[in-house]
Amino acid sequence: MFTPTRRARPFTARAPFGLKLLVGLVLLFLYCPFGIILLYSFTTEETAFTFPPPGLTADWYRVALFDRPDIYPPLLLSIQVALVATFIALILGSLIAFAISRTRFFGREAITFLVILPIALPGIITGISLRSAFGLFGIDFSFWTIVIGHATFCIVVVYNNVVARLRRTAKSQTEASADLGANSLQTLRYILLPVIGTALLAGGMLAFALSFDEVIVTTFTAGQQNTLPIWIYSQLSRPRQRPVTNVVAVFVIAITFIPIFLAQRLTQDTND
Amino acid sequence: MSALSPSRQPRSITSRLSTFFHNNPTLTLLLLLAAPLLWLGVIYLGSLGALLLQSFYRLDDFTGIVVREFTLDTYRQLFTQSNLDIVARTVAMAAAVTVACALLAFPISFYMARYASPAGKVAFFIAVTLPLWSSYLVRVYAWKLILAKEGVVGWIFGALGLQGVLDAVLAVPTIGGPSLSVSMYGTFFAFVYVWLPYMIIPTYTALERVPGSMLEASADLGARPVETFRRVILPLAMPGVIAGSIFTFSLTLGDYIIPGVLGNSAFFIGQVVLIQQGTAGNIPLAAAFTVVPMVIMFVYLWIAGRMGAFEAL
Repeated sequence: MFTPTRRARPFTARAPFGLKLLVGLVLLFLYCPFGIILLYSFTTEETAFTFPPPGLTADWYRVALFDRPDIYPPLLLSIQVALVATFIALILGSLIAFAISRTRFFGREAITFLVILPIALPGIITGISLRSAFGLFGIDFSFWTIVIGHATFCIVVVYNNVVARLRRTAKSQTEASADLGANSLQTLRYILLPVIGTALLAGGMLAFALSFDEVIVTTFTAGQQNTLPIWIYSQLSRPRQRPVTNVVAVFVIAITFIPIFLAQRLTQDTND
Repeated sequence: MSALSPSRQPRSITSRLSTFFHNNPTLTLLLLLAAPLLWLGVIYLGSLGALLLQSFYRLDDFTGIVVREFTLDTYRQLFTQSNLDIVARTVAMAAAVTVACALLAFPISFYMARYASPAGKVAFFIAVTLPLWSSYLVRVYAWKLILAKEGVVGWIFGALGLQGVLDAVLAVPTIGGPSLSVSMYGTFFAFVYVWLPYMIIPTYTALERVPGSMLEASADLGARPVETFRRVILPLAMPGVIAGSIFTFSLTLGDYIIPGVLGNSAFFIGQVVLIQQGTAGNIPLAAAFTVVPMVIMFVYLWIAGRMGAFEAL
């Protein structure tokens, strides 16, 4: 029998306290490492990281800025690699996105699978296969060997953003454009590119952030070159001026947080 | 009007080009895909193939030179007890990390999907993805600081007077160690931490797609919230959880940084690959070792695909 009074809402409109507490703890878990990194970039201890820090100083920021020239070449290399890899990923990623979204064809699934593969497979596999291929063909390690590795796993980021945007773009828009006499290049120029503009920007920024701090593939494709993450990695086993590593880490966090944050804002309509 | 009467005006090159593309969709498709396929199909897959090929070569123990003839010797070497232990340890860690990530990800994903306001969802989404994209190495390094003997966790245990508990936990054989940062616990915590966002996002996406009306229908049919959760929400969330598990599992299988920075000296697959191809110079064995996570992941992806995980990505 239908009894309206028994009809309870499946879940209360407000979250139970226990759930909120769990959510808070998970967020704390996600963010406390960043706080720790920041805290220890101010510690007065040079070789150990006792908690709580015995004293606080901002001097390590001065040291990192002026007394450690070894930081700058890796930083520059990382930026250059990230820029070039992002550029390649933008082109290749959006080409695939266009091809996938305009037509259904034989092998379409295989191509989407192929795009995801470099991040679905552990990074070490991409790294070592590229390395052994370079070895087989006698290619010396260079700026470009790093870029090849990075661009390979950055493609998927751009592709994902662009394909999601194209999927949400109503087909009627391009059809209307064609009906109004625009040729396909004009449709591309006036309809599609403006539509995917922010998706490209977001994908590009994510690709930049991904490349900027990648270390696993880079270890295999860099040879003797130092990118910033490789520099940080080498510092982990070196006890000298440890807080300087934290200063660089804070800098890396800052330089990746900004584009990621912007990218998320740009694509929030595609993500929800 | 020009589209209807093309012959009346001289047509520009771009216009003619456009018509050409329109009339030749296959050619257009090939042009679009040529560069990406060259890159991913030839450079990437080619490299993967070359790697696979090398696993069928062997290293001459006396000369230290790779012998380029087909042999299964390297795989025979792979299936020795100590190597199988490494594989088992890595797979067990990947499984444990995946389960822990799924358990931690569910409440926050559920909260995001069911209770957060639209603006709250955006904020949560950004909050969850920020750590995902930001420096992996820096975050691993942070855990070393947190779990070190004199670090935060040790301090908290000390302040609560629970030093004995920590010592007992660390005294467990094979997974314990002198401090959290040099034990399997450290490896486990760092893995769970770095891969957690990969689990939250697909789980959230799957939960977000569960229509509210379905939950109301379930309640109307007399299900208590617990039943609705178990019989409606959980099954619908599973593809998302499986999609997330692809990442947590795969990334753990291949990682060599975390067990190196935070762990006792027990080896994981990634570390062996690094050592074999680097200092040991045994590319064939390194290649054979990478085949293990590859095979595991292909099987995993195949099963995940059958369970509908790709739609949740």
